[in-house]
Formats: sequence, C-alpha cells, structure tokens
Amino acid sequence: MNLIELTASDLGLTAGLVLLLGILISLNGLGLTRSLYVSTVRMTVQLLLVGLVLEALFGAAHPLWVGLMGLVMLLLAGWEVMARQQRRIRGLAGYLIGVTAMALPAFTLALMALVVIIDVRPWYTPQYAIPLLGMILGNTMTGIGLGLNSLTRGAATGRRAIEAQLLLGHDTRRATRGLRRDSLHTALLPTINMLTVAGIVSLPGMMTGQILSGTPPLEAVKYQIMMMMLIASATGMGAMLAIELGARRLFDERQRLRLDRLAQA
Amino acid sequence: MFHVRHLSGPHFGPIDLQLAPRELLCLYGPSGVGKSQLLRALADLEPHEGEVQLADVPQQAVRPTEWRRQVAYLPAESGWWAPRVVQHFAQPPGIEALAALGLTPDILEREVDGLSTGELQRLGLLRMLDQRPRVLLLDEPSANLDPESALLMEARVLRYLDEARAAAIWVSHDPLQRERIADRSIELKAREAA
Repeated sequence: MNLIELTASDLGLTAGLVLLLGILISLNGLGLTRSLYVSTVRMTVQLLLVGLVLEALFGAAHPLWVGLMGLVMLLLAGWEVMARQQRRIRGLAGYLIGVTAMALPAFTLALMALVVIIDVRPWYTPQYAIPLLGMILGNTMTGIGLGLNSLTRGAATGRRAIEAQLLLGHDTRRATRGLRRDSLHTALLPTINMLTVAGIVSLPGMMTGQILSGTPPLEAVKYQIMMMMLIASATGMGAMLAIELGARRLFDERQRLRLDRLAQA
Repeated sequence: MFHVRHLSGPHFGPIDLQLAPRELLCLYGPSGVGKSQLLRALADLEPHEGEVQLADVPQQAVRPTEWRRQVAYLPAESGWWAPRVVQHFAQPPGIEALAALGLTPDILEREVDGLSTGELQRLGLLRMLDQRPRVLLLDEPSANLDPESALLMEARVLRYLDEARAAAIWVSHDPLQRERIADRSIELKAREAA
C-alpha cells in the first residue's frame, strides 16, 4: 500500500473549484448554482458519514451489521427510484415494485460473487461485501428508475394506442409489448454505453481506485471485468422484473388501463 | 339482447338501457355529461357500478378480451400503435369494404401519421367490424366526415346491424342524422349534484 493521504486543504482546493463553477454559472444567469452547491454539500456529508460507518463496520465484521447496511442501502435506493419518476406508481405498490426488482438480482448476484467467484472468507467481509453490493445496487437503481419512468410515462402518453388494442380484444401483454420493449431499451442504454466505452473513453472508478492504492493493473482489470458483468446482469434482470411488475400494476383484474394508479405529473 | 341496469360511473348514471337485435339507439347531450364514460363502462374499459348483460350473460362473467370483441367501442379519436395502417388489421380489408366507406386500397400502405381524423375514424370502424361484434358503441364516428362520407358510414353500420343481427349505440349531436338512423334517441342530462 503506497496511497498518498489527502489533507483537508487538498479537499478544500477541490471545493474551491466547485465554488468557482457556481459563481461562473450565476454570473451568466444560468441558474443552477443552488442545486450544484446543495448536491455538492450533500455528497460530501453522505460520503463522510458512510466513511465513518464503514470504519466502524470494518472494525466489527458481523453478518448482522453487514446485512443491516445492505438493507439501509436498498431502502434508500428504493426512495431514489421513486424520486426519479414523473408519473410514478402511487402508494406502497410503486415503492415495493422498485425495491423488489432491485433486491432480488442485486443481493443474489452480490452473494454469488462473494461466495462462489471471489470466495472471500468469511463471505460477509465488509471490505468486499459493501462496495460490491453498493456498485451493483447503484447501477441497478439507475436502470430500474429509467425503466419504470419510461413505462409509466409511455402508458400515460400512449393511452389511446394501448386502449385501442384492448378494444380489439388483445390482452394486456400484447397491448404493452411495444411499451415494455421501449422501456427496457431505455433502462439498459446507459449500461450498454458503459460496457462499450469501458477502458477506451473512461477508466472505471473501481479499477482506478485499486490502481491508485497499488494493485497491479491487470489484477484491477480482472476485478473490473467481473464487476461490469455483475452490474450489467443485475441491471438487466432488475429492469426486466421492474417493467414486468410495473406493467401488471397498470391494469386491473378486468384488464383495464388504470392511469389513476399513477401520480400526477 | 343487450341489457343495462343501474349502470353508473364517477360522472354519469345510474342508467338503464335495453337494445334488441338490429336496433340503433342514438345518444346525445351536452359535452362533459358522461357519454364517452358510459360507452367506456359498457366496453368494461372503466370501473363502474351496475349490471351489463349480453344475451343474458353478465359482463363480469366473460373474459374482458372476449367481452370487448363482442361489445366493441369506437372512441371519438381512435388509437393506432404501429406506423402503417395495414399493420393494425388481422385481415386487411378488401377493395369493396374500403369502397363502401369511400376509401381506396392505397390507404392501407400509408403512414397513420399522415391521415386525417375522418380517414382514421373510417379505418377504425373497419378494423372494429372485422371482429364481428354483437354490439357497436360508436362515439361520434362521423363527426369529422364530409356529408357524403357520413352517409356512407351510416349505411355501412345499418347494413352490418342487419346482417349480423347486432345492435348499436351511436353518439350523435346532429338531429338530422339521428332522424335518419335512430330507432330511438336518448338525451343524457347532467347529473344533479348530490
């Protein structure tokens, strides 16, 4: 390990950059300064907090604490999925669809990676379990958020086309075929892009971090390849599940399109 | 043949109706009085209270896909989900079927986006008759048609009712049209505020 530690003034310098950007934006009257500052402060506080939590967690490696951390991450991610939708599915159902679709693939694949692939002992070693789960959850969250947003917006704007098919006696699956396909494409586009440009345009963060802390590049690359495949699989499976559950929720038992189950835009 | 008892939705009813085979009932009344809501409820596209029966079989006892094939609703603005017209037909309509509504076969290969509302309404009717419904629910089907095309549409619907022993509810704001086609007319009035 030959990591050079950062000092508070190092971080202060980067904060100055964001401050400068905000001033430039506001001088040009483009009005995004406030959210830039708020989200930067949010990011700093959140990361410092999670740093403290991880320090504590690494000290007391117990499956219960690791599991609890995973649960908190999941519930927060579920919240973010809801917040990113213009016409989210109302009520507990909407939240549960997002959380279920995230939890099933993310936890299954993270566990598989820990137990079968990396084979770290014990399997809940927080240095492995938490970052792994975090990266999978974060990407799955984005995919599911995009997929559900596309689904619910598409149902609202495409109501006439969907109902026209119902009126011809088509069932809901046939009437939503195009909508479900488009939603999955939207959900997976960032993942496909990520896979396409990996290593060419962008050096992925995890690999960069490992290299910075002294891991031989080829070892870091192997981890990154595993990570990318886990992320792609979990995001794809999660998005498919979310779109499937969401599409069902759009209709009632008499196969009526129920846009009243969506929140107002 | 078609019985409606105490049918009501959020904005209309309760309404009682009966239709015999070959009967055409015209519905009229001010906008927003719930005519479309009523037709949507009859097609079971909208939650509603009350009973609807087709040939003594209750609506809720029939699978919704089957019900909507038999009790077919043509909305005031029909919906299209594929780029070209022909993609919306299980069986592309023949020259005569098109001509009976004043359309020519080249329309089948055209893009839906380039068509007028009147053309789409006529194609919507064709698409719907394809499934041989027993009750037609027509929401101002000829509102965007020139007088000649409107007459063609009226003739087509009446002929269908005759040959298929079907019944129809036709929303029309045109008193002359109602005079021409209706066996009966019903005015839907605004519901008293409860």
